[in-house]
Amino acid sequence: MSATAASETLAHVAETAAPEHHRSGERSHRARAGLGMLLRIILCLVFGLPLLFMLVSSFKPDLQIFDDLGSIKAFLPTGDISTANYSGVFGRVPFAQFMMNSVVITVVTVVFGILVNSMAAFALARIGFKGAGIVLGIILATLIVPFETLALPLLWWSNQLPFLGPDGFSQGWLDTYQVQIIPFIANAFSIFLFYQYFDSIPKELDEAAKVDGAGWFRIYRSIIMPLSGPAVATVAILTFLPMWNQYLWPLMAVQSEELRPVMVGIDYFKQLNTSWGQIMAYATMITAPVLILFIAFQRSFINSIASSGVKG
Amino acid sequence: MTHTSTTKRVAVGLLAAALPLTMAACGKGGSSSSDASGGGELTMWTHNAGNKAELGAITAIVNDYNASQSKYKVKIQAFPQDSYNQSVVAAAASKKLPCILDIDGPNVPNWAWAGYLAPLEGLDDTLSKYLPTVLGKYDNKTYSYGYYDVALVMVTRKTILDKYGIRIPTADQPWTKDEFDAALKKIKASGDFQNPLDIATSFTGEWWPYAYSPMLQSFGGDLIDRKEYKSAEGVLNGPQAVAWATWFRSLVTDGLVPLKSGADPAKDFINGKSAMLYNGTWTAVDTRKAFGKDTLFLPPPDLGNGPKIGGGSWQWGISQNCSDQAGALDYMKFAAQDKYVASVARDTNNIPATDAAAAQVKGYEEGGENRIFLDYAKKFAVLRPVTPGYPFIATEFTKTAQDILNGADPKQALDSAVKNIDANQKSNGYFQ
Repeated sequence: MSATAASETLAHVAETAAPEHHRSGERSHRARAGLGMLLRIILCLVFGLPLLFMLVSSFKPDLQIFDDLGSIKAFLPTGDISTANYSGVFGRVPFAQFMMNSVVITVVTVVFGILVNSMAAFALARIGFKGAGIVLGIILATLIVPFETLALPLLWWSNQLPFLGPDGFSQGWLDTYQVQIIPFIANAFSIFLFYQYFDSIPKELDEAAKVDGAGWFRIYRSIIMPLSGPAVATVAILTFLPMWNQYLWPLMAVQSEELRPVMVGIDYFKQLNTSWGQIMAYATMITAPVLILFIAFQRSFINSIASSGVKG
Repeated sequence: MTHTSTTKRVAVGLLAAALPLTMAACGKGGSSSSDASGGGELTMWTHNAGNKAELGAITAIVNDYNASQSKYKVKIQAFPQDSYNQSVVAAAASKKLPCILDIDGPNVPNWAWAGYLAPLEGLDDTLSKYLPTVLGKYDNKTYSYGYYDVALVMVTRKTILDKYGIRIPTADQPWTKDEFDAALKKIKASGDFQNPLDIATSFTGEWWPYAYSPMLQSFGGDLIDRKEYKSAEGVLNGPQAVAWATWFRSLVTDGLVPLKSGADPAKDFINGKSAMLYNGTWTAVDTRKAFGKDTLFLPPPDLGNGPKIGGGSWQWGISQNCSDQAGALDYMKFAAQDKYVASVARDTNNIPATDAAAAQVKGYEEGGENRIFLDYAKKFAVLRPVTPGYPFIATEFTKTAQDILNGADPKQALDSAVKNIDANQKSNGYFQ
């Protein structure tokens, strides 16, 4: 074979191989995409089916819930469908009161948590006073102490503390709203998140603001906080969820029904003859606000968590 | 700029919303749940939040009492049963117990020993008519009384037993162990049911010692040596106890009982998944509704030492830090009348604590359809050990029974339980 013929042959091989290679790459890409989609569908089912089961079961009588278990009917609104379980819930627990309590406790804690923890983190990250590192270390060390360890001492202290409210001076915080809010405002993890974020903002901004005559509080309020939207959103979410799900502490610190949050209410249905349909209805009703909130702000939540470096 | 101003507006808005909420919230403290406050108010705690029937019955008694005199006013605070004990223990730690409270029977000795409860003085005559299992006693003093007891039964259907040629046992002639085992195997061999027997292993907490320690006792073992209440040696790990543990495990390995029951075994029984159900008399209403006169409530089998069932349910007592003991006792005396025993038992479908009350509750009169429950309670009930160490014993027994069902070596598991129980009794000075 002459050199020309050889080069022609090679060119021909290359011409035929390129689309082949391209096709094979496309196939592999499609396979990967298909696998990715399959994994996403599986994940959707894993997380979605329990919610679907909860919602569907909330419309079924107890016996039917158990009868449908083990078949696809468990996820379908078939059989004797009614809203009786929802009526039962309202007859059994003061749902509106519990809901309002949870909203108040959660919103107030989130708002003050953002304020207090961001200020603490600002002082640690930007003011740079002597010993700031040690203070941060001590704050971070408290992260390893589980709440269950602190619960009893906290209960004791809560019972000793004075409080000045609209009704005047009182001693002991037990069985109040403040005992469900104030101990949870300062949060080491929130301080750490804010600290991380504030630390990444160029210090030159502070210098420029100082030259313009701004004080520390002005810098915090007008420069750092407006730039920290993602951190604020992340802290808000990470404070909101545990506060909404509070269970152990209200059990210990709150005795009056009119002060109980929603999660404690689920125990109202666990009797010797448990009302499973009502439990599902109640669970649906207390999960719905959180789900709606998440769906409405889904994009912001994901962005904020991604940009503040907090994963799962 | 737009982003900044929006953030500002949101922040200011949130703060504006939060501040009044905080003021309102913090100002709206709950009523003090402490002991009797001024004006003769007696706070009462009950485990009945969400349980309309029982809470309604108790509320009716309280209303009657409040209307009967003007010196004291009882105020009810209801807690959910599942978390009631935690609430009481937390309140005791902060000295915030109410004047009157209800207590799960087996916890009475522990709470009396811990100083939560005060003895009920001057009620001996009235309480002498009560079933012994509804009285909470410790150190020769009575600390509580209950309106009702419940009984453990084998629930099944006559048509099922007839179909497989199984004898219907009675209180006088219960199934022997061999008869019982043979009946379960016969049902299993038919393949008609997913479970020949469901013993409700999915229940948690006090159910395990309440339901399964009577089986141990029927074998001749026990949770602790009741002569001195110091050690479990020889009773919880002796030959009878090992025989119980081996048999208990065999129920699962032979496929007669599911290792883990469904979330609601009674509903599985009604749905036909199980041929027989070991449960409390609280299932009577639902099972009768499903099967009518076909429903049978049988005594548990005689596993060698006679049939045994757990005794003691929820009871009422007064707290030691109640500043008006006289008021609390006054209520307790008022509430101990037979008519109230009858009304609570009737509304909760439980066994009335006195014969006089039983005569007033339909079904519990002589020859009534529920009379057998009272007979079982009188004949077979065994109190859980009357020692302040009981909560620890109960936890240890539960863990051990679960280990055994899951395949632990019976002797080793029981030895370990005995070692832990004895160590706990000893470290607490035997609760002397």
